[in-house]
Amino acid sequence: MNKRTKIELAIVAVIAVILIFVLPALNASGAVSNFTINVWGKYLCYAILAISVDLLWGYTGLLSLGQALFFALGGYMMGMHLMRMIGDLGQYKKPIPDFLVFLGWEQLPSFWVPFSSFAFSMLMVIVLPAIVATAFGYLAFRSRIKGVYFSILTQALTYGAALMFFRNDMLLGGNNGFTDFKFLLGADVRDAGTQRGLFIASAIVLIAVYGFCRWLTTTKFGLVQRAVRDSETRVLFSGYAAANYKLFVFVVCSVIAGIAGALYVPQVGIINPSEMQPDKSLEIIVWVAVGGRGTLLGPVIGAVAINALKSWATRAYPDLWLIILGGLFILVVLFMPKGIVGLPAQIRGFFAKRKSTETPAAAQPSPTAP
Amino acid sequence: MINKLTKSLGALALAAGISTIAPQGANAQDTVKVGVLHSLSGPMAISETSLRDVLLFTFDEINAEGGVAGKKIEPVIVDGASNWPLFAEKAKQLLEQDKCAVVFGCWTSVSRKSVLPVFEKNNGLLFYPVQYEGEEESKNVFYTAEAVNQQATPSIDYLLAQGKKKFYLLGSDYVYPQTTNLVLLEYLLSKGVPLENIGGGFKKDESGKIISAGKYTPFGHTDYQQIIAEIKQFSAGGKACVVSTLNGDTNVPFFKEYAAAGLTAEKCPVVSFSISEDEFRALPAKQLVGQLGCWTYFQSIKTPANKKFVDDFQGWLKATTVDGVKKEGRVTCSPMVLSYNGVYLWKAAVEKAGSFEVDKVREALQAGISFDGPGGKVTSQKNMHLTKNVFIGETKADGQFKILKEYKNVFGEPWLKGTFKPKTAAK
Repeated sequence: MNKRTKIELAIVAVIAVILIFVLPALNASGAVSNFTINVWGKYLCYAILAISVDLLWGYTGLLSLGQALFFALGGYMMGMHLMRMIGDLGQYKKPIPDFLVFLGWEQLPSFWVPFSSFAFSMLMVIVLPAIVATAFGYLAFRSRIKGVYFSILTQALTYGAALMFFRNDMLLGGNNGFTDFKFLLGADVRDAGTQRGLFIASAIVLIAVYGFCRWLTTTKFGLVQRAVRDSETRVLFSGYAAANYKLFVFVVCSVIAGIAGALYVPQVGIINPSEMQPDKSLEIIVWVAVGGRGTLLGPVIGAVAINALKSWATRAYPDLWLIILGGLFILVVLFMPKGIVGLPAQIRGFFAKRKSTETPAAAQPSPTAP
Repeated sequence: MINKLTKSLGALALAAGISTIAPQGANAQDTVKVGVLHSLSGPMAISETSLRDVLLFTFDEINAEGGVAGKKIEPVIVDGASNWPLFAEKAKQLLEQDKCAVVFGCWTSVSRKSVLPVFEKNNGLLFYPVQYEGEEESKNVFYTAEAVNQQATPSIDYLLAQGKKKFYLLGSDYVYPQTTNLVLLEYLLSKGVPLENIGGGFKKDESGKIISAGKYTPFGHTDYQQIIAEIKQFSAGGKACVVSTLNGDTNVPFFKEYAAAGLTAEKCPVVSFSISEDEFRALPAKQLVGQLGCWTYFQSIKTPANKKFVDDFQGWLKATTVDGVKKEGRVTCSPMVLSYNGVYLWKAAVEKAGSFEVDKVREALQAGISFDGPGGKVTSQKNMHLTKNVFIGETKADGQFKILKEYKNVFGEPWLKGTFKPKTAAK
């Protein structure tokens, strides 16, 4: 373990303690508002999602423009369970979700039945994104679909899914999706205590996912992963089945995104197909790029910083916030190619360069001087 | 390098932490905070920005006359950005951080559904101003909006009185059109219109019960040729009309194709529930002339109260210095007037209750408060809806409506599904 890794580990440990113990304790004592805990819980879910994109894009070179699909699928699975937990407290006071009553259903459709079980729903949070990712990834990687074509296909996949979920016939709430959640594991979802619990859970998952990805990238597997990113042809000639490596990473990342989505839904209180629309996936790419891709820590910072900025600006400058955010993205792309985490090195590099150009000039007086 | 990284990370976390703490009002003594929760960016901004403008105008008007119960209104404007989870977050911010006494906002049903649990949890009060599908009642939402029986069923009454016998149902595929058309199906059957005279198709479940009526197209649909051909065939025998709940941009290709196919308002009129004067500005007026609309307000209403409202609003637009307010070519429309009415109803309720507390204000509202608005008298009801006048209008080339018919004091009824029983024998 070199010095740099040790320091990074220390930073992460400090952040972990703050997120898992300090902030919730401050919230319980009233020093940090419920609102702050709630929005930060949301940012942490976005951070988990951003890590999954970084593992794909930063470490494997797969620019997925459809990662929000898996996030939304995980969210939908959690949402289905939460809808079942409403019981007969909906607008119609019927034992099935309101939108089903509205569509004329008197009994629960069969595929809804198992979602009454928390354990089954949580299993599906992992299994469904994995199945979709395996099916899509297998076909895409076997056909050696690469680069921009892969990106376009993932974008099409999420767009197609959004259109499908918009349909009321899907029996998943159509455009309105799922809202008005009441209970989770017997606790009132909207209670401050429950929200705090969800915040802690998000923090633990974030740290765990970070740790897992950090470990994965240091293994031999991680080495092959980066080799695939840098030159897939060479990896193939060296006798590695690059497609299998890519498929594995793709599935792992979809599962991470699904878990993030499942944590996100009870905290924001709504899941609908707009989460699957292509622009959501593009947003994640922006977080990763702003934070610094291929660093794992950068995307976390990017996701939290941009979303905190968005929360603040939509309140403080409701007319100008898009310009503020857009301007920031342009600045980052133009002047900070390595993102926020690359900034210190960039600044140091800039000064070092200036110093090296200045020193010789100062040391040697101009020979052409009269 | 890592040291520097830690520092920048710390600074960032600090900045982000501060950012979530909302700025507090300067003087809580003589002002009352009022939330404005609309989309100022994204696809819904085109409609919702107008509501933000009219709300600010109303606040200025009220403040100029001494405010609400002696307190000046201090608006807290946020941008929901057509993003539904963000709507929920912003609602939480307005209620928990800013402690707004009341919030005016939302346009789409999904945004209302998204913020509803937040308002219920915090016992807040939301005034919702846009025509909606009903099937909802919350003690934390006051619906100044048109219920289905204040827009859709009066239109059918009007069309029936005009001798129409065949009705083609067409809409965008989401909750409002789906619900409205199911209600209309029941209503038409109850008026003795036989099932075969209702166009657009039906979807049935295994038991044969109709679970969806009418033809639906997705948002942003542009190809209406086939549907127009179907309507042409449907209307061939005469005495037909189209009931449209098409939303937004899709109206452009629809009406273009409609006119191109030789269908006219005389032959087969289209009554639209989602086109007000404000939306009309973005549509090809020529192709829409003679088509019908139904709202609880039209700018063309000829009363002194409406003239004053329109003139004052135009005057405010010219004078305002608020960022992002478009000054040219502005009109007034029903959702704007319902926002305006909402503010005055709330003011009256607060003054009657002698308190800003939501429970007391609600009680005052539920007891029945009347306000003479630009569209005539409106009265709040026990079920948190509004009794108001309903107007049928015909579109003109200048983007306005010519009023054809007025229904006085229609009671707002959110629960309509299953209330109309079919007639056994057709008339």
